[in-house]
Formats: sequence, structure tokens, C-alpha cells
Amino acid sequence: MKQVLSYLKFYRKQVVLAPLFKLLEALLELAVPLVVAAIVDKGIPSGDKGYILAMFFLLFGLGLVGLLSSVTAQYFAARAAVGHSTRLRRSLFEKMQSLSFAEVDKLGAANMISRMTGDVNQVQTGVNMVLRLFLRSPFIVFGAVIMAFFVDVPSGMVFAVALPVLTLIVVGIMAITLPLYKRSQEKLDGLLLSTRENLTGARVLRAFCKEGAEIAAFDRKNVEYTKRRNFVGSISAAMNPLTYAVVNAAIIALLYVGGIRVDSGLLTQGQVLALYNYMSQILIELIKLANLIVTITKSIASAHRIEEVFSLSNPLKTSADATVYTDNAVDFQNVCLSYAGGGNALENITFSVKKGQTVGIIGGTGSGKTSLVRLISHFYDPTEGTVLVNGVNVQAQNTQILREKVATVLQKSVLFEGTVRENIRWGNPAATDEQILHAVALAQATDVVNSKGGLDGKIEQKGANLSGGQKQRLSIARALVKNPEILILDDSSSALDYATDAALRKALATLPKTTTFIVSQRTASLQHADIIVVLDEGKMVGLGTHAQLLNSCEVYREIYQSQFKEVHHAQE
Amino acid sequence: MPKNNGKNAHAKKTGNGTLRELFSYIRKYWLLLACTVLLSLATVVCTLYVPVLIGDGIDCIVGAGRVDFQTLQGILWQIALFAVGAALTQWLAGLYNNYITYQVVEDVRAKAIRKLQVLPLKYIDGRGYGQTVNTVISDVEQFADGLLMGFTQLFTGVITILGTVAFMFFVHWQLALTVLLVTPLSLFTAKFISSKTYSMFLQQSKIRGKQTAFIDEMLSALPTVQAYTHEDENLQTFDAMNQELEKCSLKAIFFSSLTNPCTRFVNAVVYALVALFGALAVISTGGMFSVGALSKFLAYATQYTKPFNEITGVVTEFQNALACASRVFEFLSAEEEVSDAQNPRLPPVEGNVRLENVSFSYEPEQKLIQGLNLAVQSGKRIAIVGPTGCGKTTLINLFMRFYDVTEGAIFVEDTDVRTVTRHSLRTGYGMVLQDTWLKSGTIRENLCLGMPHATDEQIIAAAKSAHAHGFISRLPEGYNTYIGEDGGALSQGQKQLLCIARIMLLLPPMLILDEATSSIDTRTELKIQEAFARLMQGRTSFIVAHRLSTIQNADLILVMKDGNVVEQGTHAQLLNGDTFYSKLYNSQFE
Repeated sequence: MKQVLSYLKFYRKQVVLAPLFKLLEALLELAVPLVVAAIVDKGIPSGDKGYILAMFFLLFGLGLVGLLSSVTAQYFAARAAVGHSTRLRRSLFEKMQSLSFAEVDKLGAANMISRMTGDVNQVQTGVNMVLRLFLRSPFIVFGAVIMAFFVDVPSGMVFAVALPVLTLIVVGIMAITLPLYKRSQEKLDGLLLSTRENLTGARVLRAFCKEGAEIAAFDRKNVEYTKRRNFVGSISAAMNPLTYAVVNAAIIALLYVGGIRVDSGLLTQGQVLALYNYMSQILIELIKLANLIVTITKSIASAHRIEEVFSLSNPLKTSADATVYTDNAVDFQNVCLSYAGGGNALENITFSVKKGQTVGIIGGTGSGKTSLVRLISHFYDPTEGTVLVNGVNVQAQNTQILREKVATVLQKSVLFEGTVRENIRWGNPAATDEQILHAVALAQATDVVNSKGGLDGKIEQKGANLSGGQKQRLSIARALVKNPEILILDDSSSALDYATDAALRKALATLPKTTTFIVSQRTASLQHADIIVVLDEGKMVGLGTHAQLLNSCEVYREIYQSQFKEVHHAQE
Repeated sequence: MPKNNGKNAHAKKTGNGTLRELFSYIRKYWLLLACTVLLSLATVVCTLYVPVLIGDGIDCIVGAGRVDFQTLQGILWQIALFAVGAALTQWLAGLYNNYITYQVVEDVRAKAIRKLQVLPLKYIDGRGYGQTVNTVISDVEQFADGLLMGFTQLFTGVITILGTVAFMFFVHWQLALTVLLVTPLSLFTAKFISSKTYSMFLQQSKIRGKQTAFIDEMLSALPTVQAYTHEDENLQTFDAMNQELEKCSLKAIFFSSLTNPCTRFVNAVVYALVALFGALAVISTGGMFSVGALSKFLAYATQYTKPFNEITGVVTEFQNALACASRVFEFLSAEEEVSDAQNPRLPPVEGNVRLENVSFSYEPEQKLIQGLNLAVQSGKRIAIVGPTGCGKTTLINLFMRFYDVTEGAIFVEDTDVRTVTRHSLRTGYGMVLQDTWLKSGTIRENLCLGMPHATDEQIIAAAKSAHAHGFISRLPEGYNTYIGEDGGALSQGQKQLLCIARIMLLLPPMLILDEATSSIDTRTELKIQEAFARLMQGRTSFIVAHRLSTIQNADLILVMKDGNVVEQGTHAQLLNGDTFYSKLYNSQFE
């Protein structure tokens, strides 16, 4: 909550003034019954029409000043709430961008977006409502009670009894129903899941003749949901009738006490009327207050969800040991990696790569290939061991500078809305058209750029107007324009046909200074690499050249043979 | 409101039909509904009468020594009686109304889930899943809430207004006229403000949408953003949108928040006018129009505006509810699959399948499969290959009777599949699709989808032969691990292994394998192929594959192109010469 609310400090003036003006409005409203009482007690008995007219203008004036102060308050409240959420949204976005993959995976992109939008909006509404109503409603409720005492103490006692009873009913019913509503909402989510599954899994469910079972399961949830809703509905339906009954009981008491007091001349008819009006005001404001509490509860829940994001710390470790240990491009020294709660993703990986070499990394699905290359750009910290880039521990290097040296082409290449040029300049904002076109040519993407109408061609969000292979080639160009020291192709030629893949590898070989990592499931993609790392379920089961591995590594041989068969047959 | 305009003509035409259908759901509860109406009526009468009694009570309290206690006491008892009456009837009406609403929702949903099972896949495939889910979940809710809750609110609102107006005219018509003429002012103010702010909110939601799209794009591509250290540029873009949003939101929120103060002001004016004219009336009638009557007027003047605000709310909700209802009923009245309830069951099969002159198309204009003939003997392996969109998957849809042929017929054991029940036909097939689908539930539940009473030994044996036992045992709770919707955190390859294990448990006489191993790495695939080979022994199998290496051992390969079988034969036969197959086969290695 602390950080979420901290942005209000920029709006101190508004935060103080909005409720004060609301208070003023409430004060004026509380005066109205007294004016009416004056009309009844002084104006009517004396038949003084001038007095009544004056009182009318007083009522009108009270309304007008009330309107003005209320409008002022609304402005300050809106200003503070909107400004607050704008700042909140900004720092939330900044925070989210700095999170590590592991944390992002844990939270999920959809979840983060809903916190950025829905939750921030809810907090905005909460701040706005609190500034507008939190002083007003209690003030009118308690103000009415105090005014009642001010008019007549015994009548005030009626208020003093009625108010706690009313509060108890309103708060009690809400306290009981809110969690119940939440639980019935969960039941509704269950129904939603069932419905979705019956659509997405229609083929499978029908193939297995599960229609009857699905109906039975749905019916069970359906009946359960109705039952819960009827239960909670019957409780919350009691709120209005109960409060109505209590207020009227209080009015009866007022009339009775008032009758006695008036008869003995201690109170006037107009004052009884004023007391009756105060009682009516209490009920209206109390209900508003109850709704306000619901809004606040929701906003607090949202604020907690936002706070949760703020409290995620980026756990990347830093090290002060800037010693240059080797003159290699990359070294893995006894590296282990495990994700929170899971088993080891990588175990005891050790190998070294000289500058300019090409490294192949191969293994089945889930063998740890991607985790391994992500360690190079320091996206994760190894659980044990060290990763050195240019001989220095990555933890001792500035992350920003390190990542500028490394260009990664991810398995799922993502492009962004904008022109081709803008997309490729992600790699190097200062790149000239010539440099861009050179990178495009190396990435075998010249025809892609041409098909989009040159560098000014439009790319849709997420590259929706490109095929998988086109996206891959453009993202390779984006990486090459960086002129990186280390280039990582993470299974990024999977959507390319064999010919393009081969041409790409040939082009990359013309970059002698660049150390290249090629991650692939295809032996054909990396059989020319200087060194190949074979992974199997997180363990390094082979290290060497293609020829060496065919002799020494059984896993590699199996992978090769499973694919070689295709090629072999093709050449028959 | 441009959203509604397009549908208006349609809505008017079907509006009556929608209402009629709606009544067919409510008819069951007519007695309760009648009770609700009567109870609400009683509530309104009581709540309207209580201020009258209070006013009379105040008239009994004129001044010192002039309090009529006897009458007052009677009146107080009456107030108690009517207040309790109002509270009780209101509560009961609420209960009954809830009950009817929730019950109707339950009935409609129960009907919807049954409908889902008999809708042709054409309907399910052709309509976004989200849309249908929305109809079954939120549309149903909204139409029931809107129509039933709205109905009672509208009903009580109108009665309250009529009652109030009638009463005010009865007591003092000039004063009543004042209230009647000035009050609509608050409605106009509210309406004026909301129409002015509408465009501001539209603007706000447009910018918000733009910003959300940007956040979505960048956050879902966070790995790329970080790899290219693009955070600062993003923040700048974000800030520009954020500031624009701030400006718009401030305007929209501030101006819309003027509604309450303005209507409150109008009400204050009405109140002041009633006080003024009322007091003058008391003086001029010499007490005929009493202070008590003035109090009644003041009470009514405040209470009178409330139902107006509610009714305007209800009317919009009502329109919305009608639109929802028409979507729900449209869904419920969608054309169903041809019923097979009267058909006999298909006796256990051996796996002889025959296609006679089969034609099929999803859209009448777009011919897909034409005049296809094929006879498959029990135990044979048939591979179907061809480029994307050639009709491979369509053929599977026809075998499983997810779709019916447009012309010709499919026979299993010389029985036209349309003359038997779908269930009995589908039990004969085991199907593994490229598009893996798992239920939310435990691994075990998923594996025994086709055989609910399978023993642990059977399940484990099946998982072992699908090479799924290894990774299942490594999961935190093994076979009892709960997986979320559509496989949750499992990888695509793991999901596919589970789908294969599901079939290994059943051992049906016929198999359909549509790209069944596409997401599995080649080394694991090789191992599964062995298991498949064992499974296919003696079973009629239809195999659709992209990787041609997986189908070389097939007894017959059908090469499809544009809906037709252009070539058929064994692998060796087809590679001989300049065939489409050999082109297809070689293209993957170029």
C-alpha cells in the first residue's frame, strides 16, 4: 500500500482541499431542516410572508453555495485521483520492464496487463471516491445526530440508539455477504471453464463420447451456483427492509417523545419536523457509505495486487570481482541452474568458447538449451558456478553494456508495430539505411523487405502480416545490425527451409569476429560448428565436433540418425 | 450508441419473438411471479402511505398543551403496522424475484450446455469460442438480471411515481404542479451532462485502448525488449500516451462528476419551492393545508425524484438485456445435428471402411472433396499426405462424423455410418490430433477419459508405452498432478504424449493419427513410432503426417491436392517417376 499511495504526495493541496469543500457542502445541507423548522415555527404562526420569502432565499442560497463548493471539491478530487493514477501507471510500467523472465513467467503477461489497467483504474476510482465521500457521508450521518441533540436532548437519544443499530445492520450484512459473493463468483468461473472446454475440446469430448458426463458435471456446478446465489441473495435482500423498519421505528419514537416534549412546551412543531428530516437524511447517507466501503475494499485489493508487483525484486546478483580470468569469448564453469521450486534445469555445465568460434547447442525439447544461452546475457543467475563473458564474470558487468554486446534472436521472434526500418533499428538506433540493408542481406531477408515495399513498409502488431519464416529472418537482421560480439540464434531458423537455412549459415560464416551460438534440434543446422554441446535433460552429455560426437556421444548419434534417415531416404 | 443502430431493425423484428421465448422460460414460475408483483404493489402502497401517516402525526403535535395524544397513539400504531408491512413485503418480493431470476438463469444454462453437445462442429468452429462462452455466461446473466430485476424496479418505480403524483394533486394541486414542473429539470441536467461527457469517455477509452495495446505488445515481448535494451524508448512512448490519457480522464471524470451536485441542487430548489409555497398555502388556507401536509409534501418531493433516476437506468439496462436475450435465444435455436436417437447401435467392428463417391464442402460455393472412392480393409495402414489445406483433416472430420458428407456415403462394415448412432461409431475409433486438447483435471482423469474405470496398472502401462510415464513421475504429484485449462504448464510435446497414452489405454479397432507426433523431438518420436507400430498391428489406421519419414511403412498412401486424391500407392511406387508425391517428399530436404 505504501508505494501505491506515495504518489499522492504530489497532490497534497488537492487531497486536503477536496474533502474540506465537501465538508462545507455537508454543513450547508445540515442547516436545511433548521431553516424549514424556522418557517414552520416563526413564519407560519405569525403569517409573515416576507420572513418566509427570506427563508426561501436562504434555502436557495444554501443550495447554490453547496453546489459551488461541491463542484470545486469534485475538481480537486478528480485532479488528484487522475494525476495519482498517471504516476502510478508510469512507475508500474517502468517496474514491469525491469523484471526478470522468471518473475514475468510467474505472473504472466495477461496478469500484468490487468494490473496495469483494471487495477490501476480501480485504485483511481477508490482515491476519487474517498476524497469525495469519505468525509461527507460520515459527517452528515454524525452531523445529523449532533444536530438532533442540539435541537432536543431526549430526541437526540433516539438518534443515538438508532444509529448504531443501523450501522450494525449495514456493516453486518455486508460483512456476511461480501465473502459469499466472492465464493459464488468462483462457482461462476467453474461454469465458464466448463463451457469453454466444451467448445475447445468439442472434437475430443465427442470422440470419447463424453457428452453425457459433461452435462452431468455442468448441471452439478449449475445447481450449486444457483443455491449459493439464492442464499447470499436472501441475506442481502434483507438490508433495505431492515434499515427501513429501523428508521421508521425511530420516527415513531421521535413522534412519541416529540409529542410529550411539545405538549409541555419544551419543543415546537417545526423542530419535530426538523428531527424527522434528519432521520431521513441519515438513511440515505448510510447506504452511500456502505457502497463507498465496497468500492474502497475493491480498491484496496487492487492496490495490494499492484504493490505485489512493486515488491518483486529483480533478483539478478552483482559481483565486485572484475578480474579477467581468460581470453575466451564465453566460459561456463560448473554452471547449475534451477528455477524456483523446480528441479535442475542445467547441471554442471563446463565449456569454453574462443572468440570468433561457432558453437552448436543441441538436445531434445526441455533439455535446457534456451536456459543455457540466456545465462550468457545474464537474464538469469546460475544457481552454482560462473558464466564468464570476455573472461569476466557476467555478474560483475553492467547488464545494459553486456546486453549491448550480445544479440539474441529468440525462438519466438517478436516484431513490433511500425516500419521495417524502425523494427531493425531496435538493434542499433543509429544505423544508416546502408547498414540496415547490409544486415538484411546477410539475414537472407532482402526479399522479405522488398515484399513489404522497402524499409518504409509497415509491420503490424506482433508482425501479424508476416509468415513465421519472414519474421525469423527480419529478427536475425535486427540482431546483425547491432554488429554484436556474440550472436545467439535460439532455434531461430526452425521456420526456414533447408536452402535458406544453409545460405544463412554461409553468410554468418563471413563474420569472423562474431562468436555465434546456434541452438537447434536439427543436426544439419550445426554440423559445421567448431564445437557442439549436447544436452539431455539438463546434463551435458557430449562436447566436441560433429565427427567426434558421432563417435563418442550416443545421444548425438541417436538424434543424428533419427533425422539422417529422412535425408537418406530422400537421396534414394 | 452506434452499436445498437445496426441491430435495431433486426431487434425490432425479433423483439416480439424474444419476449415470447422469454415468457416460455418464466411461465413455469408464474405463480411466484404473480406473488412478486402483488408483494411489490403492497410495498409501494405501504411506503407511500407511511409519510402520510407521519404528516398526520405531526399535525397532532401543534404546540404546548395542544397535542392530541389519543389520535397520535393510533397513528403511531398505524405507522408501525405499515412500516413492518412494507419491510416484510419488500423482503419477500426480493426473495421471490431472486429465486425466479436465478432459476431462469439455471434453466437457460442447463439448456445451453445440452445444446452445445448437439451443435454441429461447423457452428462451433465457425463462431469464436469467446463469443459462445460470453453468450452462455454473461449474456444469460445480464438478460435475466436486466429483465427480471429491471421489471420489478420499473414496476415499483412507475407505481411510486403515479402514486406520489396522484397524492400530491389530491392534497394541493398548485403545489403538485410546481413539483411536477421543476423536477424534470434534474433529469434534463443529468441527461445533458451525460450526453456531453459521452464523447469524452469515448476519447478516454480510445487512448486507454491504445495504451493497453502498447503495454500488451511490449510486455508480451519483454525478452526481446530486454535483449535489445529498449526500455527507455518504451518508457518515452508510454509517457506520451499516459499524459494524453491524464488530460482526457481528468476532463471525463470531472465533468461526469458534476451530475450529482447538479441534480442535488435542482432537488434543493424544489425543496425550497415546496417550503415556500407550502408555507404560504398554510397561511392562506388558515390551516386547512396543515404543517403535517407540508411535511408530506417535503417527504414526497425528495422521494419523487429517486424512481426517475432508477427508471432511466432501468430503460438502458432493459435495452441491453433484450439484446443479450436475443443472442441467447439465437444460440439456443441454432440448427442442431441430425438426431440419431432412433438409430441402432453399430455392432463391434473389425475395421473395414469404405467411401463411395464422397463429396463434401464446408461452404456450398467452395467445393472441397469430390467423388472420392476408397475401400480399406481391416488392419491396413492408410497414410494421407498433401500440402496444407488439401483436405486431409477434413477427411478425419468425415470419418468421425464430426461433419456429414454432402454426397455419397461412408460405410463401416457395410453399414452407412449415418444409419447408426454417433456414439457407437466413435467408440470404434481412437483419435490423436495435432491440436492436443486436455481437460482441466488430474493427469489420471485425462488418461482415462475414454475408460473411466481403468485400473492403475492399465493406466501406467499405457503411459509407459507412450513414453509419458517418465515425465509424469517427475511431476510433483505424479498421476494426481492437477493440470489447468488446456494442459496448463505442460509443454506441447508432453501434452501430445498424454494424448497418445489416452489412446494406448483404449486400444480401439480403428485409429486416426493426425500429425500425432508433430511436437515431439525426433529422438523421442522414433521411440514412440515403435509403440505406434505395435498399436497399429491388426488395426485399421489413418495417419496424417507432415514429416513424410513417419509414413513410409503404410500399406497405402493417399496423396491429396485441392480436395482430391491425385495419387495413391505405396511409398516405393509413388517415388517412382515424376509424381506429385516425389516432389512433396523431396521439397522437405531442399
